[in-house]
Amino acid sequence: MKRLNRRQRVLLGLGVSVVFLILICVAGILSGEAARVTDFSRKNLAPCGKYIFGTDWLGRDMLARTLKGLSLSILIGILAAAVSAVIALVLGVASAVMGKWVDEAITFVIDLIMGIPHILLLILISVALGKGLKGVIVGVALSHWPSLARLIRAEVMQLKESPYIQIAEKLGKSRWYIARKHMLPHLLPQFLVGLVLLFPHAILHESSITFLGFGLSTEQPAIGIVLSEAMKYLITGKWWLALFPGILLVVIVVLFYVAGESLRKLLDPGSVHE
Amino acid sequence: MDGRWMICLLKNLLRVFLLLTAVSIVTFWLMKSSPVDPLQANVGQAALGSMSREQVAKLEEYWGVHTPPVEQYLSWAKDFVRGDMGISLLYRQPVTRVIGAKLANSLFLMIFAWVISGILGFALGAAAGMNQGKPVDKLVKGYCLLVSSTPAFWLALLLLMVFGVWLKWFPIGLSVPIGMEAEGVTLADRLYHAVLPALTLSITGVSNIALHTREKMIDICGSDYMLFARMRGERGWRLFKHYGFRNVLLPAITLHFASISEIFGGSVLVEQVFSYPGLGQAAVAAGLGSDLPLLMAITIVSALFVFGGNMVANILYGVVDPRIRRGGAAK
Repeated sequence: MKRLNRRQRVLLGLGVSVVFLILICVAGILSGEAARVTDFSRKNLAPCGKYIFGTDWLGRDMLARTLKGLSLSILIGILAAAVSAVIALVLGVASAVMGKWVDEAITFVIDLIMGIPHILLLILISVALGKGLKGVIVGVALSHWPSLARLIRAEVMQLKESPYIQIAEKLGKSRWYIARKHMLPHLLPQFLVGLVLLFPHAILHESSITFLGFGLSTEQPAIGIVLSEAMKYLITGKWWLALFPGILLVVIVVLFYVAGESLRKLLDPGSVHE
Repeated sequence: MDGRWMICLLKNLLRVFLLLTAVSIVTFWLMKSSPVDPLQANVGQAALGSMSREQVAKLEEYWGVHTPPVEQYLSWAKDFVRGDMGISLLYRQPVTRVIGAKLANSLFLMIFAWVISGILGFALGAAAGMNQGKPVDKLVKGYCLLVSSTPAFWLALLLLMVFGVWLKWFPIGLSVPIGMEAEGVTLADRLYHAVLPALTLSITGVSNIALHTREKMIDICGSDYMLFARMRGERGWRLFKHYGFRNVLLPAITLHFASISEIFGGSVLVEQVFSYPGLGQAAVAAGLGSDLPLLMAITIVSALFVFGGNMVANILYGVVDPRIRRGGAAK
């Protein structure tokens, strides 16, 4: 086989990760019913040919439960990352464009949110919204923007010093015009990469907060709940309950990282050499 | 220490104070908007149901249900500053005492993990940075990617499974042996129980500091003085000790001080898995059990640690690097 060049390798990595993630989502949605079926004649089976992930104490197929949980987590993660990224973009640009006071205020809020440990912040939001599914989604969606907003703000600050923006200012273009016509196109690649790289964080935090027992009910097998149930049965030696769902979760997060990094290399080829 | 530096310090302190106040306001507001009914949480549903309307009204007055939120906040904040953080609903003890006991356990764990992950992460990052592109670098990078995509709680489960359940090398939970009187617990017992949680926290804490150190190290390797040193024929350990180490140490240490928040977040999950009676576990219990006074106090204490860490990082920069001390205020 001919050796692929770097661009082709990056594209291949991106393609494989995206396809795999979509597959998991689709499989999870399809296996919704199978994840709930209980059958006591086949409970506590160790992984075998028919049930590759084994079954739990109610005889539910762990593979179906894992897929279902992961698809739920991926969907929440995508939603959360999208919301957070948009907030970050708006605040990052506003902070750099709208003058000193707005900037001070936004920086203060960023520092404020980053000052509370993330898990604790999620617990607080979840409690404030009544510990339901809503609390988890809103919490994860509204707490991931500060780091990206900081990055975008720094980038805009740098842009403001660049000659073409300065000239546009001298030509009497309004701030809004400059932000829309000159800054946004320049920020778009970084925004997209930041968006993709927010997914892994969102998914990890979502699984953590559900693992701790907030949010989703046991009817909805989010990956955190599957794992926290597995923890209770760990002592009795049912290792497969925790091992396989966890490995799959790690694989998903790694894939998101790979996808994000590939995207960065495609959009900003210079970063490869850094 | 010139005047400008002092002003910069004071500004820092003022900022931390403002941020803490803001954290307390946000926390209070969030707790205020939660659907937890103060009467029901404090008295219990059964007791509340059997009370007459006058009794309920009296209790409502006692818990201040109808006072405006701002007044509520002010009176809470006033007591909080004085050291009266209220009574924990779950533990039926003053919050200060609960936090004191839990914090001692957690600090033990967190300091241990913080130091180990700092040293290990620095070593790995420096090694990777000095050998950019070589197998060592790839190995460290891969390890960091893997660790940062592993949820802390799952890693804890894995270690628990292997070392606690299979090999039985370490206990599977708690911070002291079960069924032992408090006087009989030795330091060795405590250490023995803290090994697995601390190990988990250290492993997850490594990736951040290692990646950061690696990046700085690569910057340094590209500098003119490094090039010159290489041209003079210096290599290997000597090169690292004289040119790399000294320059990369400061950014690494400051980053590590600024990352206290992550160790804290990790400890919440790890303590939950190992049933380690620390601050993180108390936070989860408080959240699930609607113990609002305890939850608020834990948030503020943890924010205090995070802001403290950030400030130490800022000050360290100033103390070690005179350029920042002089130019920092102007910049």
